[in-house]
Amino acid sequence: MNQAVLEKDTTLEKEGEARLGIVDCDIHPAFGSPTELAKFLPLRWRDHLADYGQRSANPVVGTLPYPRMTPGNGMRRDAWPPNGGPPASDLAYLQEQLLDPLGIEYGILQPLAAGSSTLNQELGAAMCAAVNDWQLDKWTGPDPRLKASICVTQEDATAALAEIEARIGDRSFAQIAIPPRTIEPAGRRRYWPIYEAAEHYDMPIGMHSAAYGQHTNSGAGWLNFYIEEHYAFSHSLQSVVTSMVFEGVFERFPKLKLVVVEGGFAWAAPLMWRLDKQWERMRSEVPHVKRPPSEYIRENVWFTTQPIEEPENNRHLLDTLRWVGTDRLMFSTDYPHWDFDDPRYAFKVPLSPTERARIFRDNAKSVYRLP
Amino acid sequence: MARHVIAKVDELDIGKSKLVKVAGRDIALFNVKGEFFAIANRCPHEGADLCRGQVVGLAESDEPGKVRMTRHGELIRCPWHGWEFDIRTGKSWCDPARTRVKSFDVSVAKGGALTEGPYQAETFPVSIDEDYVVVEI
Repeated sequence: MNQAVLEKDTTLEKEGEARLGIVDCDIHPAFGSPTELAKFLPLRWRDHLADYGQRSANPVVGTLPYPRMTPGNGMRRDAWPPNGGPPASDLAYLQEQLLDPLGIEYGILQPLAAGSSTLNQELGAAMCAAVNDWQLDKWTGPDPRLKASICVTQEDATAALAEIEARIGDRSFAQIAIPPRTIEPAGRRRYWPIYEAAEHYDMPIGMHSAAYGQHTNSGAGWLNFYIEEHYAFSHSLQSVVTSMVFEGVFERFPKLKLVVVEGGFAWAAPLMWRLDKQWERMRSEVPHVKRPPSEYIRENVWFTTQPIEEPENNRHLLDTLRWVGTDRLMFSTDYPHWDFDDPRYAFKVPLSPTERARIFRDNAKSVYRLP
Repeated sequence: MARHVIAKVDELDIGKSKLVKVAGRDIALFNVKGEFFAIANRCPHEGADLCRGQVVGLAESDEPGKVRMTRHGELIRCPWHGWEFDIRTGKSWCDPARTRVKSFDVSVAKGGALTEGPYQAETFPVSIDEDYVVVEI
């Protein structure tokens, strides 16, 4: 728990000239109604959805595996638009509540529409394409501060590549989105065509913690509580990073950028220490991994900050940020979800102006190639 | 200290809250079982509007499988991260680590006692003047 009480960051609070433009790397746009996506789908799939629905590896169709404690499944209670619809389904209210008051220069959209996790992969590909069209139509077109994600079906690399090729020329898209709990560990060869394209086009792969995945959320099965699921997001992403390092993904694609979204970041420092230590002892098992694991992570992987870790002693957060590397961290709010971080209050630590500018803006501008 | 009329007694039902602006300050007014209390509208954690939170009770447990639900309607839960504050005192009750330690003490000493968290929402004295709710700032 945080000891500091509401110490505002004045560099972010000042209006006007001194104000630091912020890049928010995790905004969740929502459909205004359950059928909003339909007009972006071919008739064949609209009918299929109406008749058969959309199945994922989760046991119960049409619900989250972990229903959450606030209306709308874990929404900020104050984020419901006055004109109706669920939180973050109304661009005007998203501008009024998030983009304008917090000085967000760019926001990366992270749609959670689950096309990527749909068991019917043809339907999944169609849903990803529809979500990509929807992002342009509803969000990035009307407000160019918002940048879209190319949602793909990672389990069908051919379909994923086709979708990437179709979107890559449009700079409204800032990353390729893949959920972390893939059928095989993320470093396996079946995903390499996607990584090859991402490196070729200099598009980051964004892996956002997801309620939906191809496997249970722990190695021992489904965890009991939502409070455990929230933590399980971290270890699913630790597995992603570790697999990509040891399968040699970053050795094969040295310019590939991976963004770990909403998985936490404090664990990254001890993970690097541990992997380096084991690599020194067991590198003969993975001779294709030529350098210490931490070197790949420090060159190829970035972490978004929300939900920010809050050590008992606030000063330890500063240590943690520097252990992970302030060049690795990118600010995110997770709007409109309940565990939203406010840029004015989430970092109650004395970062240098350079470190602050990196975390809130510069790292993301570089990673996402924002003007 | 000036007295400001901020509501009529009958306009705020039990369990409801109202945002009022007094002397330039945003204040959340609550009707807790017929008594009125006012706290600053900003959560001390990350600044969310407390008047938009949920009025809740307290779930406590001394051991797995045994849960007590008490203090119905006496706590406000922040609309963002769920920090809970005693509407009467503004004190936070949701430091999980310390609450767990202390609730062990509670089970030995007396039930119902709680450990104070580190956050304190600002409170303001409220009185009823005839039919009006009055805050002093």
